[in-house]
Amino acid sequence: MRFYEFEARKIVELAGIPVTKYGFCTTADEARRAAEEIGGPVVIKSQVLSGGRMKAGGVKFADTPEEAAAHAADILELEINGHMPKGVLVDPKAEVKQEYYASVVWDGTAKKPLMLFSDMGGIDIEEVAETHPDHVGKGHVTNLMPIPDFEAKQVVAATGVTGSQLNRATPILAKLARLFRDYDMTLAEINPLAELTDGSFVALDAHMEMEAEAVGRQKQLLRVRLEIAEDDTRETYQPSDFERNVAAIDAADHRGVIQGKDHGFEGNLGLVIGAGGGSLTLTDAVRSQGGKPANYSEIGGNPSVAKACGLAKEVLEKDGVEKIAVMMSIVSNTRVDIVARGVIKACLELGKDPAETIAIFRIPGAWEDEGFKILERYGVETCDRSVSLWEAAGRAVAKIQGAPA
Amino acid sequence: MSILLNRETTFIVQGITGREAVNLTRECLDYGSKIVGGVTPGRKGREVHGVPVFDTVAQAVEHHGGPIDGSVVTVPPAFTKDAVFEAILNGIKLIVIVTERIPRRDVAQMVELANMEGARIIGPNCLGLIVPDVCKMGGIGGPAKDAAKAYAPGPVGVMSRSGGMTTEISSSLTQAGLGVSTAVSIGGDAIIGSAYAELMPYFEADEETKAIVIYTEPGGRMEAQLSEWVKDNDSRLPIIAFMAGKFMDDEEMKGMSFGHAGTIL
Repeated sequence: MRFYEFEARKIVELAGIPVTKYGFCTTADEARRAAEEIGGPVVIKSQVLSGGRMKAGGVKFADTPEEAAAHAADILELEINGHMPKGVLVDPKAEVKQEYYASVVWDGTAKKPLMLFSDMGGIDIEEVAETHPDHVGKGHVTNLMPIPDFEAKQVVAATGVTGSQLNRATPILAKLARLFRDYDMTLAEINPLAELTDGSFVALDAHMEMEAEAVGRQKQLLRVRLEIAEDDTRETYQPSDFERNVAAIDAADHRGVIQGKDHGFEGNLGLVIGAGGGSLTLTDAVRSQGGKPANYSEIGGNPSVAKACGLAKEVLEKDGVEKIAVMMSIVSNTRVDIVARGVIKACLELGKDPAETIAIFRIPGAWEDEGFKILERYGVETCDRSVSLWEAAGRAVAKIQGAPA
Repeated sequence: MSILLNRETTFIVQGITGREAVNLTRECLDYGSKIVGGVTPGRKGREVHGVPVFDTVAQAVEHHGGPIDGSVVTVPPAFTKDAVFEAILNGIKLIVIVTERIPRRDVAQMVELANMEGARIIGPNCLGLIVPDVCKMGGIGGPAKDAAKAYAPGPVGVMSRSGGMTTEISSSLTQAGLGVSTAVSIGGDAIIGSAYAELMPYFEADEETKAIVIYTEPGGRMEAQLSEWVKDNDSRLPIIAFMAGKFMDDEEMKGMSFGHAGTIL
């Protein structure tokens, strides 16, 4: 789950990391008041979940509260990459002596959070790591103990930072690591972490992402502290009708799982496929042999007849779909006969001949004899495990290419 | 002969009274696995296919009268960490986590504790492992008669991030007359207990294993870690890797997620 900049700021603040005075505003008037309260020159920043704000004119500087209000009014109306802003963030134009970088991410190999720190902040950390590796400190965080400050201190010290800067930066990095772990983040980044002219350290900009699997147990932070609504899922794109319909069919019945996607797919061959790895392999196999999938799908966990039927119907009703291919890697939990019944039912209910509509049925495994018997009765071409995923996909492609347009 | 499991391996099933766990228990018993107990808090005294159910792992160990080798964990995500801690701290050394959708923090904590106690975790979000004709631990391969069809003994070690593809690949090896030494469904999450490189020392030490097949997907650096291991250890084993998800490279697929939780471009 992604957060707006003002939310990330709030999270950092809750963790006890110093920030400048700031205001999140949804009207020009609020922005004026925020600028007055901050005093002096301010920055007005659009709050959108999209990059390229600066380029799009979503970040502006103001010397007076009136100017701040005028900029806020413009930015609040400005669409950036198809997104309208949630509001604006009003920040003081900080007097920065030096910019640093601090972040925590998961290291999947070590299976521990990894802290990163650099005294070359404000720019892309990957670039710094490439050109000035001695300016990037790295170190793992313990999973089981309360996170000790020294783990952060070692990382800061590795960049050569010492003196009062080391002593100010260390607790900030340690607190960032604690919030990363406590709030189930997959990314917690402060860039820049600024040393101001008075020697104090503040987080000027922060980015946070929370793991989807943990959203359920982070209600206190999400709903109470940040007041994010339950249905505000922050998806990166709007689901299509097909995707929404398949999700609704899936949610209506707890037995098994079906998923469907069709963003970026515009072909004539509907795919009723599974499971996770099988679906990836089969989609590749269809495309590599010249086929044009109309969609992507995943069947798993032994769905009901209604669910299998629902998915097949949604696929068949997509514009341009001429035939469907029903294929899975060998199943041990999902029952072949149930999927067979589902796809036959879908064809019949739409007034289509299963033998014509189902280009191929290749699901070997649990209850396959029962499943194949049903399909044979309707004249559907079936194949068992002696036909590979690649071969089955190839047969489906050959059939649809030979079909009259 | 095999890695991690043998004919004498004993294990328990945590969460044994759940629907899927009941099936899994039946399948494993039919295959010849030695399940010596099950744990579901509050269900002590029941039986699942003749396997006694206990409230705690300690009770199961006591009933067995000695250390238990492994545990298959099938409890819901919110309770998995506690169940795995309980298994590890009661001396269990091989833990298969079937449960999916466990937050990474919990997985990382379980793995760190396992490392401290000399235990090994397979999964989460996996189907377990199987030594053809000897023992299966988890739902891998399905009912015993289906598992027998797909998995014949042979010289190839299999590791896969997809449970279904573990069986698909093993079935191909079986049909080709080669067969499988041990097949491990390692799990589809971003952080798992045992990545390819961490299982390689076992296969390397297993004289019967002559080659390795892996199934992979985009995301993470498990494959890079494997190639480093092979180089550093001058491995004797040829590795054939199959990677699915080529279509995800397309421009119009950017920002979408497919397949397993760990599958990210």
